Amino acid sequence: MSFAGKVALITGSSRGIGWATAQYLAERGATVLLNSRGSEDELDALCTELRASAGGEHGACAFDVADPSAVSAAVRTIFARHRRLDVLVNNAGILDDALLGMIDSDAAARTFATNALGVLNTMQAAGRLLARDGGGAIVNVASIIGVNGNAGQVAYGGSKAAVIGMTRSAAKELAGSGVRVNAVAPGFIDTDMVRNLPAGVFEQRVASVALGRIGSPAEVACAIGWLASEEASYITGQVLGVDGGMLI
Amino acid sequence: MSEISATSTAPALEQVFRRALDLSDDVDVTALAYGQHDHWDSVGHMVLVAEIEDAFGVMLDTDDVIGLSDWQAAVELLERLGVS
Repeated sequence: MSFAGKVALITGSSRGIGWATAQYLAERGATVLLNSRGSEDELDALCTELRASAGGEHGACAFDVADPSAVSAAVRTIFARHRRLDVLVNNAGILDDALLGMIDSDAAARTFATNALGVLNTMQAAGRLLARDGGGAIVNVASIIGVNGNAGQVAYGGSKAAVIGMTRSAAKELAGSGVRVNAVAPGFIDTDMVRNLPAGVFEQRVASVALGRIGSPAEVACAIGWLASEEASYITGQVLGVDGGMLI
Repeated sequence: MSEISATSTAPALEQVFRRALDLSDDVDVTALAYGQHDHWDSVGHMVLVAEIEDAFGVMLDTDDVIGLSDWQAAVELLERLGVS
């Protein structure tokens, strides 16, 4: 599987699944554009690290996916510098758990703005650039919570269910342009999102996984990379669970 | 699709409109507006946007796409993007 000559933008790629995906694609020859809401300096340091471990030249694209004008400006910059985009991975997301009766409206709005509208903003801005040069691939990071729901995660689950709906709709709309759109739905993955779980909850979650362990960001990255690759050339509009057989 | 010289915008833009919207020779392109011709619906619009981008080597943002309402808007857009 080679991404030589390909340019890939990965939102939320300074850590966790996004960073693992950046490493996966860079190791296979992609020029990776790293993104976070943080500073370009932080991202530049990560580009240096990526170059050292995987080789190649990579770029820093700091912007907030929830800001449509910032997303648009970033895609214009990508066009100016690279004249192409081949892979878009929408990984940027936030998690703010609360029982239904305690959901703060501002927190809910932020969750949807980043997790759902962020995906819409980037697909909208990058869709036509992806369509040039014969097409490309979008992989959206949804969640097992978006598929099955979970108590205490109504806003998060709703935002990730929106990602699934947008994935399936965009797949149908962009197919004619040669752009495939798929999603992964990770389960219990070892990232910052799960490290502060209360005592007992972590063990409870692991107990619900058929494979009996937490998953790694690298395992999700493999699924994302495969869906983005030519090996998945006849796959679009699909949601691939990466959850170790988790029941939730 | 090769990028068209910046010195031939109007004739080149007309070619783009005719090709993207599949317009017959008797259609006055300069009088066209979005939604006022059967072929310039939302689907035709996105084809037109892609053809403009390819032909002139530009990248439209969402506001440009939505604001591309008629021939004159297209001419002004290209001027704003530095193609004149």
